[in-house]
Amino acid sequence: MKKVLKLVLMGLFIFTLLVGCSKKSVVLNVYNWGDYIDETVLKDFEKETGIKINYETFATNEDMYIKVKQGGTKYDVIVPSDYMIARMIREGLLEKIDIRKLKNYEALDKRFLGLQFDPKSEYSVPYMWGTFGILYNKKKVTDPVDSWAILWNPKYKKQILMMDSVRDCLAVAFLRLGFSINSTNKDELQKAKELLIQQKPLVLAYVGDNGKDMMAAGEASLAMCWSGDAVTVRKQNPDLAYVIPKEGTNLWVDSLVIPKTSEHKEEAFRFIDFLNRPEIAKRNVEFIGYATPNRKAFELLPPEVQKDPVAYPSNEILQRCQVYIDLGPFLEEYNKAWTEIKGQ
Amino acid sequence: MRTRASRQTRNLLQYPYILWSTLFIVIPLALIIWYSFTQPVQTGGFQFSTSNYRRFFEPVYLRVMGRSLILAIEATLICLIVGYPAAMIIVRLGLRWRNTLLLLLVLPMWINFLLRTYSWMVLLGRQGVLNQFLEWIGLPPQSILYSRAAVLIGMVYNFLPFMILPLYTSLSRIGKEQIEAAEDLGANRFDVFRRIILPLSLPGILTGTTMVFMPAVSTFVISALLGGGQDMLIGNLIEQQFLSTGDWHFGSAVSILMMVIILISMAIVSVTDKGRSLEEGNLW
Repeated sequence: MKKVLKLVLMGLFIFTLLVGCSKKSVVLNVYNWGDYIDETVLKDFEKETGIKINYETFATNEDMYIKVKQGGTKYDVIVPSDYMIARMIREGLLEKIDIRKLKNYEALDKRFLGLQFDPKSEYSVPYMWGTFGILYNKKKVTDPVDSWAILWNPKYKKQILMMDSVRDCLAVAFLRLGFSINSTNKDELQKAKELLIQQKPLVLAYVGDNGKDMMAAGEASLAMCWSGDAVTVRKQNPDLAYVIPKEGTNLWVDSLVIPKTSEHKEEAFRFIDFLNRPEIAKRNVEFIGYATPNRKAFELLPPEVQKDPVAYPSNEILQRCQVYIDLGPFLEEYNKAWTEIKGQ
Repeated sequence: MRTRASRQTRNLLQYPYILWSTLFIVIPLALIIWYSFTQPVQTGGFQFSTSNYRRFFEPVYLRVMGRSLILAIEATLICLIVGYPAAMIIVRLGLRWRNTLLLLLVLPMWINFLLRTYSWMVLLGRQGVLNQFLEWIGLPPQSILYSRAAVLIGMVYNFLPFMILPLYTSLSRIGKEQIEAAEDLGANRFDVFRRIILPLSLPGILTGTTMVFMPAVSTFVISALLGGGQDMLIGNLIEQQFLSTGDWHFGSAVSILMMVIILISMAIVSVTDKGRSLEEGNLW
């Protein structure tokens, strides 16, 4: 009797397992920056296609890279920046995408196609672009803000927020010193490192996505800030202003890519195609405040947004901006410098 | 026959644990040791190297280690100083009050650790609850968040129960007769404390100290959230090597060194224990 019962239970168990498998719909693992999409867009995609989306976020390119490289989760769509895409292509982590098959291919601004990180546009579809600059509180900062040097002004001790990210922090130091933000010169790196160590006592905190909330709440007066965050945070606190310093800054392009390990490449392409629809791209860009590389989406935006110099800086400013490139093995020197800065 | 059968079941029952510890303790540990003694070579593959360990003895990293040790010792001492009287008060209360207080002590642990640490950010921030209160009573606002003091507050807050509970168990085991006997023999209250209560509660002190010191020296969340990435601790160094710079070899070497330090500190504690069994005061 007991044996029969056991067999029946075992049978039921296996049966439920199998049923569970067959009914399982496709789940797309999307890995994106924090606060970087209008999440209702994900719901609409699920409704339209029946494909479920498992949405996860990261705070820096480096965090994302390690997680993808170690392969714990098999992501289907990720959104790295330029230099990281170059590195991932070099290491063979990305799948080729036939971006001409996108239904709205012609809507993409040619300025953002075929850039140095992906010269033939074989692996990536531009999603957003932007810059970073200085976000400051007009009530607290009395000096004119036009140079990165203000982040070294002792008057603002413990009121400065820096990004907790190796390339971005070093870029600020390089820009202040007048070097390239892609410098692979050991002396220049040494000088940049010393400059950041010297700045450390003035810095309140090294932050990720919470930096903009702290600025909105008045916890700090000066911060390195991405252009899109500046757009959204100004709505919460009108005392905040955003400036691209005269030394220039970094211009970046974040793009949609499909990792080689993806198990649902076709669905991933459908998702990318969906995000590239002008009305969907418009919803996303309006929600997060960055700049869209999708011309048709840009045309749908209200004129005051199109003319906003925070999101869409003038050509004159853009000429002073530099795009990150993949540093290859020299990155290790950057990482060592960064560990030393943070460990001081 | 019966004893043999029960021994067999006992042996069988060990297997899940052996399997579990091999899978989740022995293998990962072996991997960490392997990583810590290797370096990737340009051509692909790995070679044996002690460079990861040698790198740790550069001044930058020693400073990180020193800072972690000092902060952990400070947190442990504060926990002991605050926790001992608290445990003594709880022990002397009537049963109902005693249970209520113990429940209140454990209650915050039902809320996620991360959440509780985040809430300190709200309390200590420049525009935070504490500063609003200070302003209200007419005192100048303080900036505590993102300082070493904030990290210390976070550690003491999170780990205090680990000090009080073992202290409470060992204090509650001290028989009234012993204290009465001492008093009968002419000891004053201070002598009773120094010569009876304190030595008898030593196991609790030692357990509590290790239970606070270990998580405090290895924490990375508290220093990341409340310290603002300013004062890097050893836990943050390891986290950074694994999650952002991707140097698993160096990260593993640091992890091993930290384990060694914890083992040494535990050894020191058990030597000072003068052969007393730790389990006596151990709550778990």
